Parts: sequence; C-alpha cells; structure tokens
Amino acid sequence: MAKLVLKHLLAIRWFHWVNFPILFLMIWSGMMIYWAYPVYHIGPVPLFPQWLFAILGLKFRLAEGMALHFVFMWIFIVNGVLYVAYTLFSGEWRYLVPRSRSAFRDAWHVLLHDLHLRKEAPPQEKYNAAQQIAYSGIVVMGIGSLITGLAIYKPAQLAWLAALCGGYEFARLMHFVLTMGYLGFFVVHVGQVILAGWNNFRSMVIGYELVKDGEQS
Amino acid sequence: MNKHHPEIVLPEADLTRELKKKSRRGFLLAGLAAAGGFGAYKAVRLAGKDNEVPWPQRDVLNLNGKLWRSYLDDAHLMPSYSASRIGYLKPNGEYGLDDEPDDQGNPPEWDGFQLHAPGLTPVTLQLSDVQSLPRHEMITKFCCIEGWSVVQKWAGARFSDFTRKFLPAGAGLTDFVYMATDGEDYYVGLDMKSALHPQTLLAWEQNDKPLVYEHGAPLRLIIPVKYGIKNLKRIGLIRYTNQKPRDYWYERGYDWFAGL
Repeated sequence: MAKLVLKHLLAIRWFHWVNFPILFLMIWSGMMIYWAYPVYHIGPVPLFPQWLFAILGLKFRLAEGMALHFVFMWIFIVNGVLYVAYTLFSGEWRYLVPRSRSAFRDAWHVLLHDLHLRKEAPPQEKYNAAQQIAYSGIVVMGIGSLITGLAIYKPAQLAWLAALCGGYEFARLMHFVLTMGYLGFFVVHVGQVILAGWNNFRSMVIGYELVKDGEQS
Repeated sequence: MNKHHPEIVLPEADLTRELKKKSRRGFLLAGLAAAGGFGAYKAVRLAGKDNEVPWPQRDVLNLNGKLWRSYLDDAHLMPSYSASRIGYLKPNGEYGLDDEPDDQGNPPEWDGFQLHAPGLTPVTLQLSDVQSLPRHEMITKFCCIEGWSVVQKWAGARFSDFTRKFLPAGAGLTDFVYMATDGEDYYVGLDMKSALHPQTLLAWEQNDKPLVYEHGAPLRLIIPVKYGIKNLKRIGLIRYTNQKPRDYWYERGYDWFAGL
C-alpha cells in the first residue's frame, strides 16, 4: 500500500532553508569585496571580468560588502554549527555520512547511472553514495570556508591559523575556490532536484514524501 | 521506518487527502517563513543609517570590533618577512596631502605635529623628538582593505615608547588615540590596545630610505594590526582622548576597528 514517510525532519528543513539565502548573501557580498581586488586570472583572462561586476551591479560596493559579510557570517556559522550538532545528536548523520568502504566506487557507478552510461544503480539507503559524499563534502567545505575566512579576516591576530592554511594568499585562494565549489554544487544540486521531481522537492518543504507500492522509502 | 521517520499508512483516498492537507500547511508555513525572513532582511537593510551603514549592521560590526579588541594581545604579531620579500607599495590615497611639492620637487614644509591630551597644554613636537626614542625596524605586510598586500620595511619609534615619554605620567592612559593630518583632512581613530601594540610605529623610514611625500613624509603611522586606511600619513596631530574618535573611512561606511 502507498504511504507517506517523513523524509526530512523539521529541524533539518529549517537549517537547509536558512542556509540557502544566507549562503547566497555571503557569496553576493563576497563578490562586492572581491571586486576591489579581483586577483585571480586564467592566463591573461580575469576569472571575473569587469563587465560581469557591472552587469550584476557589484562595482564600488566594498564597504557595503564587508558590512554584509561580517554581519551575516554569524548566521551562517551558527546555522552550520547547529546543523552539524543536530545531525550528530539525532543520529541523522548515519544517512548522510558515507560509511561503506565502496562509497567512492558506488558514487562513480551512481554518476554513470545518472548519465545513462550504466544500467543498474548500486544499492543504497536513504541517500546514494554520491549524495552522501556531496552532502558530507559540503559540510567539510563549510568548515573550510569558516577556517580560511577567519585566516584572511584576522591574519595578524590569527597568524597561526593563516600559517596553518598555507599563508594569507593561499587561504584567500582556498576561500575563493570553496565559493566556486558552492556554485558548482548549486548547479548540480538544483539539476538533480528538478530531475527527481515534485514529490522529492515537496518533501524538503513539508517533510513527507509519498512512497508508492513496492517503492523503497 | 524508525522513530525519527514515521510512516503514515492509509487507504488511498485518505492518503491523498492527508498529503493535500500536509502540503497546504507546509507550503503556507514555508511561505510565511520566507516572507518573514525576507521582511527581516529588508527591515535591517532599510533601517536608519549609522555612518553610512544600517544601524543593526553597524551594531554587529561594532560588536565584532569589541570582540577582536578584547582578544588582541601584544603577542599577536603580524608575521615578519625576509628583505627579499619586499615589494613595491603604490601610493594609495592622497587625502591630507594636498600641498604641492615646490619647484625642486621637495615636499612642502612641515612644522612638526601637535600633541593633545586631557589636562595637557597642547605642545608641538618635531621629528627629532620622535627620533630620540629607541629605533625599531620591521619587515611586515602592509594590507589594504581592498584586499592586496605588500611587504615593506619600516623604521621608526614604537608608539608605546612615545606614549611613555610624552604622555604626562599623571594624566593617565586614555581609551583612544586620534591622529590627523595638518588641517584634519584625513583622520583616524585607534583603540589604545592596538595603538600600544609593539608593531605600531611612528615611522620615518621606508625600505631604508627616508619617507617620500606620497608615503607620508616626514612622519607617518605604521600599524600592521590595522588595514592601510588607519596608517595615517604625514602626522599633523596626535590626540589622546577618552571619546571614541572620528575616523575618515568609518564615516564612509567602513568598520571603525578595521583590525587584522
């Protein structure tokens, strides 16, 4: 018989939907800051050309960017810490963290399956191995953004942290690369959500997913 | 199924009704939460401005400043570098340096700087007064708030030594220091803890040469624990004060503490 299954707990839905606009705001304000010194190039080509900042209306907004970044960082940090603590104490981490030795091979097979290059998907629990790696990886990335962010925010007072990150310049690069990583995650994540369909998306809002006869919950 | 993830098993018609009910409720609450969140954000952004920043954000920035000031310690040093790492520092910011050099290219005359402190009759000090203090050299990074940084060698006297010598012992230490160019076209406010940090210098040499006019000749502030905007050029006034001093870029939307 068909059934409704509580897929996403209320707290996790809150953490997710608080994080989404806050992370967007951190990236947006981060670009206002980056505009003042857009240092990264591929050969002679700037990664973020001036016309892009112009189109997005992000020029000459360094002070505003800093005033957003260093205020909303608190929500980003607190929300992230609460999310990790909640998944640990509730036991939800078991679904999210890859625990099988074959996780990376399975994730590769999931990728091939999703690209229609392989017929069968590997067996999975609530999340497949690729999802587990992505959802755990994004938490590690968040911690990385916090650490590298602190290192470039206070390179004198936290000189030891900057040194640990390979120096100020390298910490800055990592902070930037992680941000690019979020954009990549976002594209794949939204694509997968669209492919997974309405029932799946709805469960991230209302919690419950409709599971039809014979389907795995 | 487990205790955290209950299942609802019902006949199909009831299940559809239950799902509709949960959807209505869930999306209504989500909509309200989204509207509430967006409304709160808009309320913050449209709040009255405190020095060009919406006051709730300004309050948090000031709190951040207090937090980092309380953590600051004389043992927290900006890293030092070898001389081979010294780079080119472009002159950035001419506020307070409006006078033109003369026909020979010499910087305009400088008549020393004023020293003010509570209960002290203002005095004028000369470069030689500062140079009578122990000389310190350091090769540190000069960090612009725009994001770039350059390693430079500086020589000068520690502001802590300056304070010990020129602030009358009876006057007592103030909470802040205010420094400005002559005429106060450019001015910075400093918390005393940062001002007395061992790397805070009243500098007269840059890369083993006397300061040039564009970099603040003959005497400037070098404070590596702050962004470049606080490193006042061509000092015209030093005032010890218990009132949080004005600050040029603070008034233009930047953080008052601006510490690194």
